[in-house]
Amino acid sequence: MVLARPEVGTRARGTTARGSAARLGLMVLPVAFFAVFFAWPVLSIVGRGLKSGEDWRLGRLGETLSRPEILDVLWFTAWQALASTALTLLIALPGAYVFARFDFPGRTLLRAVVTVPFVLPTVVVGTAFLALVGRGGLLDELWGLRLDTTAWAILLAHVFFNYAVVVRTVGGLWAQLDPRQEEAARVLGASRFEAWRQVTLPALGPAVAAAALMVFLFTFTSFGVVQILGGPAYSTLEAEIYRQTADLLDLPTAAVLTMVQFVAVGAILALHAWTVRRRETALKLVDPARTAHRPHGAGQWALLAAVLGTVALLILLPLGVLVERSFDTSGGYGLGFYRALQGVDDSGGTFLVPPLEAIGNSLQYALVATVIAVVVGGLAAAALTRRAGRLVRGFDALLMLPLGVSAVTVGFGFLITLDEPPLDLRASWILVPLAQALVGVPFVVRTMLPVLRAVDERLREAAAVLGASPLRAWREVDLPLVRRALLIASGFAFAVSLGEFGATVFIARPDRPTLPVAVARLLGRPGELNYGQAMALSTILMVVCAVALLLLERIRTDRTSGEF
Amino acid sequence: MSTTKKITVGVLAAALGVGTLAACGSGDKDSAAGTGSKTVTLVSHDSFNASKEVLAQFTKETGYTVKVLKSGDAGEAVNKEILTKGSPQGDVFYGIDNTLLSRALDNDLFVPYEAKGLDRIPAELQLDKDKHRVTPIDTGDICVNYDKKYFADKKLAPPQSFDDLAKPAYKDLLVVENPERSSPGLGFLLGTAARYGDEGWQAYWKKLKDNGVKTVDSWEIAYNQEFSGSAGGKKAKGDRPLVVSYASSPPVEVLFSEPQPATAPTGVSTGTCFRQTEFAGLLDGAKNEAGGKALIDFLISKKFQEDMPLNMFVNPAVKDAKLPELFTKHGVVVDKPHTMAPEKIAEKRDQWIKSWSSLVLK
Repeated sequence: MVLARPEVGTRARGTTARGSAARLGLMVLPVAFFAVFFAWPVLSIVGRGLKSGEDWRLGRLGETLSRPEILDVLWFTAWQALASTALTLLIALPGAYVFARFDFPGRTLLRAVVTVPFVLPTVVVGTAFLALVGRGGLLDELWGLRLDTTAWAILLAHVFFNYAVVVRTVGGLWAQLDPRQEEAARVLGASRFEAWRQVTLPALGPAVAAAALMVFLFTFTSFGVVQILGGPAYSTLEAEIYRQTADLLDLPTAAVLTMVQFVAVGAILALHAWTVRRRETALKLVDPARTAHRPHGAGQWALLAAVLGTVALLILLPLGVLVERSFDTSGGYGLGFYRALQGVDDSGGTFLVPPLEAIGNSLQYALVATVIAVVVGGLAAAALTRRAGRLVRGFDALLMLPLGVSAVTVGFGFLITLDEPPLDLRASWILVPLAQALVGVPFVVRTMLPVLRAVDERLREAAAVLGASPLRAWREVDLPLVRRALLIASGFAFAVSLGEFGATVFIARPDRPTLPVAVARLLGRPGELNYGQAMALSTILMVVCAVALLLLERIRTDRTSGEF
Repeated sequence: MSTTKKITVGVLAAALGVGTLAACGSGDKDSAAGTGSKTVTLVSHDSFNASKEVLAQFTKETGYTVKVLKSGDAGEAVNKEILTKGSPQGDVFYGIDNTLLSRALDNDLFVPYEAKGLDRIPAELQLDKDKHRVTPIDTGDICVNYDKKYFADKKLAPPQSFDDLAKPAYKDLLVVENPERSSPGLGFLLGTAARYGDEGWQAYWKKLKDNGVKTVDSWEIAYNQEFSGSAGGKKAKGDRPLVVSYASSPPVEVLFSEPQPATAPTGVSTGTCFRQTEFAGLLDGAKNEAGGKALIDFLISKKFQEDMPLNMFVNPAVKDAKLPELFTKHGVVVDKPHTMAPEKIAEKRDQWIKSWSSLVLK
């Protein structure tokens, strides 16, 4: 627990009681949401796998876990996730620093662009990434080096995907740390490194841990990337759960594997909660606009150049290949594929999807999912900020679980639970944003909690002493400080929903495809126009995401500069 | 007190917000499914597609509106129906093929219905002709496709049979899909088993392996990345001129090129084909049984059957449906496709896939 403050007198006791009532109130909706749309479906499908008739067959655990091919999968899943996380932190932490502290032209745009991979469907990303590491790719042309079907391709692609997670989560906080604290340490005689280690690092700890945790979870549950870049020789736990459930309908094996994933993810989350508690301190946060400066000195310019170079090679190049292919028609470069997207097909075939409609569907779903995620996640984060006991901390970890549970488990769980009124949602479009929100909520909570918890408790106490109600205190004290985090969280939830491909593909969708689904369908048919249109749609998806993220960054700067 | 109240009101408002959203979801035109009579729900795999006019015609003729639910790839869609047996997502399921048929029949997914116009469908396609639990809708052939330019440049005749594929002249040229995860991959494996028998197919695959066959996980990767003859593969610098795909792929390459070439860039090795037949059935527990029956009748009507080829790139099951010009001009006729009885597939499939994995992937 965080620094326990002695509370004196009856007033303090009254506040506490009221506080816990408020906390319970705040938690009603998030708890209900997770119970109905996560716990119930997942437990039902696991239960079906482990039961025969009325009897539990727990012996299946041991049988499944002693199969050598399952052990291979477990081993590969764990080591590639660890290696990917380490590599991502190594490559992205300097990026987080540069984006947080340096002021350079195009910074806002670039920060939006590095987030784009995160929201692209894996089918598309795989295609793009092969242009870097595959046959005839850049590395192949330069040095004859091919990494496809090796573990390196998987690791690099994971960095590509998760770069933004570190830059945004860690960088968001880093930008708000008062650099004068570090300067003060240096004035007092600490070396540059020492000052960083003693002052900045501890303050950043929770954010780094949160980012590392997210990256680990995403890579631990990686599926599409491994399949496309690694080939049939590599399989992760997630891919195996998918295979056992969707392809083989071997629910007992799938249930055992789901439980293994549960335990692993639970352990990681517990570890995370422990580190966060150890490091949690009230931080002095400042306006990020004040902390950024133009780089000075050779060292800083070199760092900036190195980070920009990495971004260009690892992120811009693969994305650029997609854009290039979307213009590369058989008659030379042109807008042919984009025209094909809007025109009526006169060759006799019908369109799979009117593409403009797919864009509209995607935006609508993403907006609804963002609203759900921000409401549910925001309430949960507000409830969790209040100093509380074990129960609430457990809830904190529970909120993260959807990230570590296979989308196919959730999707198939929906099928067997949400089949009766009033929750007969299987054929309803709302199921798509609900599934997306399930993945969005942890982002909202994770982004907001470090900032909310960093708000100095004394400010709230002062407000309370001055007679403000908890709600008013929250509005006047917390909200201005967390508005930025709230917007970043919304942006993340929106972007994740826009590209979300996992859960949405496992739900039987009424015929209202989203952009990623439309791209996948186009790629599933032969022919140049289909391939070209898939590239053109992916480019549009990229642009839509980049613009959405850019707008968010703009709104944020306007508002926050007005606050301070 | 007032504070708690405020918070409670806030939470309720938020809860209502989500509730309203959910209500919107079930309150719009989609929800007609619940009330039954006027909407009929068709559950299918992701490849399902039909012209709007054709579905509108069905509504005009019968008064029912079709709602389509796409439920994943073919195998996944069937498994979802097995999972939700008795409380199905829709009324009719379309898209179960002969490789999965036994699994559905053994699980009693469908109730018998003898569709009107069944006599127009060749008897050899009617795999459940005693009970009529499923109705054949379309057929398609899984075959090796070749890159015409590659073989013309090398002055080499493209392979025509399974035997050819194992010959040294075609070393390192073929890419196939993992039968565990891909339905063309499974079709190709079953084709080799049909050709060489229960015992012989493993020896054949050993030869293929020695001849440098490459395996990838999905049709998309094989066709758009590895195959040198497709539009996508050319851009990705694919270097395999032979790929397992469909007999209908060459016409489709033509259809989706601009400008359309005079001849297809790819050809079909007609001796390597495995025939797939897709069926539809009335789901047990369907809310709208009458509508479902009408829909199955419609699926084998001439109108729908002639609309199918350019939407799903399959061949009509009924004899009187005409193929579009594109198919007659650029397609091939597969005279003697390899086939296998669904019971045999059901019995051997999992075991074969397992042996295949340890033989080819390890």
